[in-house]
Amino acid sequence: MARRGWALATPLVAFLLVFFVVPIAWLLSLAVREAEVQRALPRTLQALAGWHADEPLPAPLFGAFAADIVAARAASTLADAARRLNYEVNGVRSTLMRAAREASTAPAGTRFDAAFFQAVDPTLASPTFFAAVQRARGPVSAYYLLASVDLVRNAQGSVERAPEGSRIYQDVLLRTLAISASVTLLCLAMGFPVALLLTQVRERTADWLLVLVLLPFWTSLLVRTASWVVVLQKEGMVNSLLLKLGLIAEPLTLIYNRTGVLVAMTHVLLPFMILPLFTVLRAIPPQYMRAAASLGAAPAVAFVRVFLPLAAPGVAAGSLMVFILALGYYITPALVGGGSDQMLSYFVATYTTDTGNWGLAAALGLLMLGTTLVLYAVAHRLSGGRVLAMG
Amino acid sequence: MKTSLFSSLAAAAALAMAGSAAHAQHDLTVVSWGGAYQDGQKEVFFKPFNAAGTKLVDESWDGGLGVLRTKIKGGNNNWDVVQVEADELEVGCDEGLYEKLDVAKIGGASRYLAGTVHPCGVGAIIYNLVLAYDGDKTKTAPTGWADFFDTKKFPGKRAIRNGAKWNLEVALIADGVPSKDVYKVLRTPEGIERAFKKLDTIKPDLVFWKSGAQPPQMLAAGDVVFTTAYNGRITAANEKDKKSFKMVWTDTPYTMDSWVIMKGTPNKANAEKLVEFMGRPDNQAKLPKYVRYGVTSAGAAPLIDKSLMGELPTNPEILKQAFAEDPKFWIDNGDKLAERWTKWSGTK
Repeated sequence: MARRGWALATPLVAFLLVFFVVPIAWLLSLAVREAEVQRALPRTLQALAGWHADEPLPAPLFGAFAADIVAARAASTLADAARRLNYEVNGVRSTLMRAAREASTAPAGTRFDAAFFQAVDPTLASPTFFAAVQRARGPVSAYYLLASVDLVRNAQGSVERAPEGSRIYQDVLLRTLAISASVTLLCLAMGFPVALLLTQVRERTADWLLVLVLLPFWTSLLVRTASWVVVLQKEGMVNSLLLKLGLIAEPLTLIYNRTGVLVAMTHVLLPFMILPLFTVLRAIPPQYMRAAASLGAAPAVAFVRVFLPLAAPGVAAGSLMVFILALGYYITPALVGGGSDQMLSYFVATYTTDTGNWGLAAALGLLMLGTTLVLYAVAHRLSGGRVLAMG
Repeated sequence: MKTSLFSSLAAAAALAMAGSAAHAQHDLTVVSWGGAYQDGQKEVFFKPFNAAGTKLVDESWDGGLGVLRTKIKGGNNNWDVVQVEADELEVGCDEGLYEKLDVAKIGGASRYLAGTVHPCGVGAIIYNLVLAYDGDKTKTAPTGWADFFDTKKFPGKRAIRNGAKWNLEVALIADGVPSKDVYKVLRTPEGIERAFKKLDTIKPDLVFWKSGAQPPQMLAAGDVVFTTAYNGRITAANEKDKKSFKMVWTDTPYTMDSWVIMKGTPNKANAEKLVEFMGRPDNQAKLPKYVRYGVTSAGAAPLIDKSLMGELPTNPEILKQAFAEDPKFWIDNGDKLAERWTKWSGTK
């Protein structure tokens, strides 16, 4: 019987596999793959085999290196390798391209030795550069994964913290968690009373209220966020109203900062809190509260000791849903936040589209996925398995 | 039964993917930078070209080599002619993202100003990153970048482009570096420190813009007193929305965007036709009326309405005050500085 059930689900499973699991796995694998340098500089890597950063560079290296860059330039594979190496050796991108140009046009019989590359740029004859080449030899490396948590490998090959100026992602991860947690708390504080109200009013009224709760669902995310810009900007509705009422003398800064992000994200995510809460609260029989009252509990005591424990699964489910959705937010903080309000997915987007550093984008994606899974597992454990059932 | 179902599904998925790849045949697509600028291009280039018989659609983007790389390496490129910034032209050309340009097919090298023809592209516009402010709201006129950084004399928020490019340059100028020495100073680690230190002084008052359409909006909304902006957008806002935004040209960086043809496009011949069309002097001469950017065809200058010269980047009076961006600097240091910028802009 169960087997037939699986057979019926095959189309969906196959669909998910082909269009979801495989592409995502492929993308995430970019976080560890190193192909550029291997493709462009195979002879150089061969000459470097067995070399250590504290030894002198092997003599046949430069001939192999020259042959590699001339061939790779002709095959248009050098630029990719140059970009990869530029991540670790700043400035080497155009130096390498220039060296390839000069080596390609050098008169026949030119000796490609250390002196030749020294003349192009001292970096290209340095152990630091070739250590970077060697580290990027592939087929896999931890470079991007380390970078995504602000770690680097030094020339000797040991892992250390990134220089102060490029430590970014630990902060960003903490910030992402902090924003998500704040949004979750705000959603809970505003959503709980609404969900409670929905269970108390007549069914017709409840239906109407539910429509209002769901309304944001039916508007595009972009439109909702953009309207917050109109509402919150300096000469926007909130500020002009407050100014007219004489409550403030100067317009408040409500946008392009954390306030704007929290307001807009809470609005967008509120339904995800209210709906699971409502489902759970509606199922709590009113007799329980009456029984508590008849046994002498004051309303507040009854609420805390009877109602809240019964509502806990709803609170947990709603919070987890909001929190996990908030973790991946990108558009909203990008539009209404400032520089210090950008979350992890903003950087994934930047690295995918702006700079084209897919490796780092994939590593950051992996970091986010890992964080989500850990949090989910913790929530699952803490709630004794109920979250999984509700979520 | 299960296996056959699965394999037929896999085959169907493969077919679907092959189908979308076969659809790579698309209408000729030109990609520019949106807003008032692209509106002008539509009037001057895209509509007339379309009317002349080749179907042309236009899209917009905000730059980023990653976008182009994805399109070419992802194998599903649907863009043909794209306007790129100077460093994107150089790096993308090295990476083989663009077709090599056959100059004869786009009107010959002599048609264009010296330095505007590249193996992979040809200059589209020359523009400045200016200091802009609202003349109605700011009574004392600022005179240069030093004023942009003077929050005592000019209190209020300032907007800059989100990214290190151009901001480090103007920070150094505000700190007293002559514009001709900016890149020399920036090529030293101390120069970079100095630029960031100068930016630190106005950090609490900074907001960032991403797309070129934002600065005029931010000025109009009163969100900022000063902003950096592409000069053409400011003139366009003044003319279209009746604003009285003002610009300071002193020590502003100017740069050139170029047209490139994406590698392997099935529309290559039409793409060349389009680039040739957009390079004709009489066509280019019409652009400044809509948006005040300098053009690259040698014969266009005499055809441009003299009344428009006042705010045109190729006006000798303006060129004299400006300095050229150095794309080589950004190609080499862009990655590191992007990291540094992210870190800097992301912390209070």
